[in-house]
Amino acid sequence: MRSDGDRAPLLLRLAAAGGLVYLLAPLAIIFVYAFTTEEKSFVWPPPGLTLKWFAVAWARPDISAALLLSLQVAAVATALALVLGTLTAAAVSRTRFFGRETISLLVILPIALPGIITGIALRSAFSTFSIPFSFWTIVLGHATFCIVVVYNNAVARFRRTSASLVEASMDLGADGFQTFRHVILPNIGTALLAGGMLAFALSFDEVIVTTFTAGQQQTLPLWMLEELIRPRQRPVTNVVAMFVVAATFLPILAAFYLTRGGDEIAGSGK
Amino acid sequence: MSALDTGWTPPPQSLAGRLGDLFWRRPGLLVALMLLPPVLWLGIVYIGSLLTLLLQSFYSLDEFSGLVVPEFTLATYAELLRPSNFDIILRTVIMAALVTVASAIIAFPIAYVAARYARGKWKALFYLGIMLPLWSSYLVKVYAWKLILAKEGILTWLFAKLHISWLLDAILAIPGIGGNSLSVSYIGTFLVFVYIWLPYMILPTQAALERVPANLIDASSDLGGTPAMTFRNVILPLAFPGIVAGSIFTFSLTLGDYIIPQIVGTSRLFIGQAVYTQQGTAGNIPLAAAFTVVPIVIMGIYLTVAKRLGAFDAL
Repeated sequence: MRSDGDRAPLLLRLAAAGGLVYLLAPLAIIFVYAFTTEEKSFVWPPPGLTLKWFAVAWARPDISAALLLSLQVAAVATALALVLGTLTAAAVSRTRFFGRETISLLVILPIALPGIITGIALRSAFSTFSIPFSFWTIVLGHATFCIVVVYNNAVARFRRTSASLVEASMDLGADGFQTFRHVILPNIGTALLAGGMLAFALSFDEVIVTTFTAGQQQTLPLWMLEELIRPRQRPVTNVVAMFVVAATFLPILAAFYLTRGGDEIAGSGK
Repeated sequence: MSALDTGWTPPPQSLAGRLGDLFWRRPGLLVALMLLPPVLWLGIVYIGSLLTLLLQSFYSLDEFSGLVVPEFTLATYAELLRPSNFDIILRTVIMAALVTVASAIIAFPIAYVAARYARGKWKALFYLGIMLPLWSSYLVKVYAWKLILAKEGILTWLFAKLHISWLLDAILAIPGIGGNSLSVSYIGTFLVFVYIWLPYMILPTQAALERVPANLIDASSDLGGTPAMTFRNVILPLAFPGIVAGSIFTFSLTLGDYIIPQIVGTSRLFIGQAVYTQQGTAGNIPLAAAFTVVPIVIMGIYLTVAKRLGAFDAL
């Protein structure tokens, strides 16, 4: 690291600033379109501004039903991923055992391979074993690729948690469960919270695997996909898009403050 | 554990206590118990599903009845080599390679400034600039680009305002990659792919750059290296595993995506779309399965090379 007085060369700063604009401008544009009066096209600049689409979107039952399903799936999948991811992280960071590398690979694989493979693999397994599509088939897929997010966050924290703390607790007479409850859990708590939130966001947003595991059910991303392919009411889609961006903003900020002191980068494992 | 030395007898223990002692004496048992649920889950749900899929790819579709014939055959794989199918594979791999290279070029300055110069307020801005697009809804991002690239959209407007509409027209007139408007051209597909996967390239690159020890850079300049030489001989080689790690994501994600080319781009298929069409409307599960094996094999080779380049330590 250089000292604070140093400044980046002009060209480098321009390239970085241009990159930031490229990254952020599309999200800003979503906010403008939510207020447009134009119904039939994506014309820029918007001919007029209105708030009426917010009321229209609010009153649509298909949107609220899709939102509810997405929230339920994300909650259950996150809970499962938290348990499985923490267990794997604890085991992997605790000891060096035979097959450790394989376990890490196994956890990363659902994310490293394209989502469509996970999706079609699950779909063909469901049809081979005649499992009907349900709430649980969606959860099954989501939990599988959420494990890695929790695992990544937890494993980084376990590495920084000193083993002598656990030994001290045992020496002072605590049994394994008390040690877990009073020593380990407070140490990894914020990492689990950050990992859990990221897993929730990942599941809430997932569309590729879900198209294969949902059957006739509609999560919010599936609703959005339907609108993208066969637009029915463009301004309503604009409003929903704006809300989804706004809703991601808060967890990102929270995760930033929670992991700020740490050396891990929250979300780097997505 | 000193009960023997002192002659002191420990009080009768609870079940939890006895279990705790057992785990203390046999740590392997605890590890095995901890690993059992995740391994069962991933082993059955994930690997099990993958194997079911793999099995399907060795079956074939009876062309007359439209039913899957459950007999071992390599005919379905041979079908992949048909020009129409092979084009799809080639198109996808070229797109994935171009997207990866472009992401690496755009990501590096951002990661470099974020890792080595940004402090305080700027650090937070860079963090948000990378994390917001990363975690914002995938479909909303694609939708934003549909708005931007539309013929009546902001890019056309911007080109007109700057009086360079002729440039846009010239780009769209390029045969092969151009089209009626940006939203129905390969350029459009490419722009959206790069946008969507860019954060996955920035994060590992930035992490690798942050790990470059400051004393190595000092040493290089003390030994007379100019900033350019330090960059080329010290910083870049150390950051390279990070870039390779990022390229795993950009490459793999582009290979498997079927939604972006469906919404922004031409009507020609990419691997993901081919899989989706084959298993959906065409009902040809074996061919769909064979198509999915292509990215698996490509990623297998890619990951092996990446591992040798040290990318896994940079993840």
